[in-house]
Amino acid sequence: MPNYKALTGNEAVAWAMKQINPDVVAAYPITPQTSLMQKFADFVADGDVDTEMVLVESEHSAMSACVGSAAAGARTMTATSANGLALMWEILYIASGNRLPIVMPVVNRALSAPINIHGDHSDTMGARDSSWIQLFSENAQEAYENTIQAVRIAEHKDVLLPIMVTLDGFIISHGMETVDIYDDKRVKDFVGEFKPDHTLLNFKKPLTFGPLDLFDYYFEHKRQQAEGMKNALRVIEEVGMDFRKTFGKAYRHTEGYKLDDADVAIVLLGSTAGTAKEVIDQLRQEGKKVGQLKIRTFRPFPEEEIANILSRFKAIAVLDRSDGFNAIGGPLYNDIKAALYGKTSVPIVNYIYGLGGRDIPVGDIRKVFEDLLETARTKEIKEPLTYLGVR
Amino acid sequence: MAPSLKDLAKKPELLSPGHRMCAGCGAPIAIRQILHAIDGPVVTGCATGCLEVATTIYPYTAWRCSFIHNAFENSAATMSGVETAYRALKKKGKIKEDKVNFIAFGGDGGSYDIGFQSISGAMERGHDMLYVCYDNEAYMNTGVQRSSATPLGASTTTAPAGKVKQGKEEFRKDMTGCMAAHKIPYVAQASISNWRDLVAKVEKAMSIKGPKFINILSPCPPGWRHLPDETVEMAKLAVETCFWPLYEVEYGKVWRINYKPKNILPITDWINRQGRFRHLNKPQNKHIIETLQARVKEDWEILLKKEEIFK
Repeated sequence: MPNYKALTGNEAVAWAMKQINPDVVAAYPITPQTSLMQKFADFVADGDVDTEMVLVESEHSAMSACVGSAAAGARTMTATSANGLALMWEILYIASGNRLPIVMPVVNRALSAPINIHGDHSDTMGARDSSWIQLFSENAQEAYENTIQAVRIAEHKDVLLPIMVTLDGFIISHGMETVDIYDDKRVKDFVGEFKPDHTLLNFKKPLTFGPLDLFDYYFEHKRQQAEGMKNALRVIEEVGMDFRKTFGKAYRHTEGYKLDDADVAIVLLGSTAGTAKEVIDQLRQEGKKVGQLKIRTFRPFPEEEIANILSRFKAIAVLDRSDGFNAIGGPLYNDIKAALYGKTSVPIVNYIYGLGGRDIPVGDIRKVFEDLLETARTKEIKEPLTYLGVR
Repeated sequence: MAPSLKDLAKKPELLSPGHRMCAGCGAPIAIRQILHAIDGPVVTGCATGCLEVATTIYPYTAWRCSFIHNAFENSAATMSGVETAYRALKKKGKIKEDKVNFIAFGGDGGSYDIGFQSISGAMERGHDMLYVCYDNEAYMNTGVQRSSATPLGASTTTAPAGKVKQGKEEFRKDMTGCMAAHKIPYVAQASISNWRDLVAKVEKAMSIKGPKFINILSPCPPGWRHLPDETVEMAKLAVETCFWPLYEVEYGKVWRINYKPKNILPITDWINRQGRFRHLNKPQNKHIIETLQARVKEDWEILLKKEEIFK
């Protein structure tokens, strides 16, 4: 029987953390992440978890302490947003390079400047090459469930990479939803115990973590790391299947909506997928064959799966909630185009939307579909890159 | 209790020979003395710097104990994570050891400058760990650049003595004083030249639960420009001139000077032995020496007064 609670996205993730019961959480407040850690701190204060918290003086130290903690063999978590993630930057690479399976919910927020506290994907997009796995969430339920799965994915012996679970700032993090919270014991059993092979606290076998690694070995270690990210593609699917077996809900790298007979499709990440579903339903009633592909696994990028799904449409629009500032388009657009290279010659266009939390109303998405249907008909791209909803 | 050389000689060497620190480097002398003072399991960590790069060249390591290097500015934050992990895992019965020593190292660059915030945070949070700064008074690993630990008048590669500038134009930061202001259980200043004092301080630090900080003067032959076999002598002269007093502070309150030179040597006895101060011997730079000497004297007098407060 479902156990529905009225929770914000941040609270839902805090509930996942409570059920995961990590050994160590190091955190620093930043809007819109703050209420997530506040909720988790309540669980700590009430003795609902055994977690030791490190209330550090910066995000740089949060990630640094996480590296120390994970290297010591503790299941370790933190959470952040925007500039906080940017301050962690240097240590993101050290966490992944040391193969430490740290789990970090990131409440997506626009990066400064100009300073803005609202949701877009510019923060985690900048970290897309940091060798962190990135799972995007459409709503509070997904943020909760992605967080639970993240632990298993990161700690898998074939992966051993840190993982970000993203949720859109304010739209998901502060929006109240009904969230089905699973039984504590079932979550605990699903997550299992963290049993690392190498730790700083094994005094029978002292180890050196983070040595100087020059031209004679560095490359091999990076090659192994790349293999871990590749393996994550398989492991994310396996954990998703097991999640379905345990909790009855399927999780894959991508989620299609009304794609089966669609002529055109949009591709996007995060909460806008929910709004777009509403628009698709409306357009379907008007007889227009439209659909969407929501990307859940952004890193590693499920290229083959995406190419297989998208190569049969007549026109594709990629919606990016961040700009690449590369005079080409957004980061998702670049990856989708690369995935489809040689697979299809259909028109692919890019829309950049919602920067700094700018609202994306149904009318804007409807316009995207209408333009896309026109592009499919004429087979001509009028505008390869459109800034949607900008004055 | 003051340790004896005989006892120390029986202690295991946790920093093995064969590392690639320069001949005459003060840092490994400091590390060996510190590790001799430790009983039981130990986790060490180090900021990016000479000590780290020269002791952990993969696939080799000179560390016979657990060791972690993370980055330049976060040795303290990293060790605070390790120490927290220990407490979490101990609570859950996953670790047997009842007492583990946690020691984070950093040079003056990693401690006085880029890692200052990280140390301040870790000390304020009360982690059961010792932070050791091996202070060689400049960014030696990258080639002798000025740090906030560099003394007034010293020539470095980023603040060199030239036609119009005469080396560093500012006084050094009082890092030990900054740490004492955190009112943590134990703060000390030590020197590799006074090994008995240094070992006793580490033993004392590790007998106290909570955050501890020790600042150790660690001469650098290529940076200070003296001969490799003069390292210990250079450290000793810094102590005898009162440039580097040996003292300890408990809870930011009780100040105790551990060594008072009977005849305080003039600062020139120390600086005249080092190439980095050579330009100060020009007649037109005499005032720099006088300013430095006056500051050393003033600091020493302040320290004597601090000792009187809670004697």
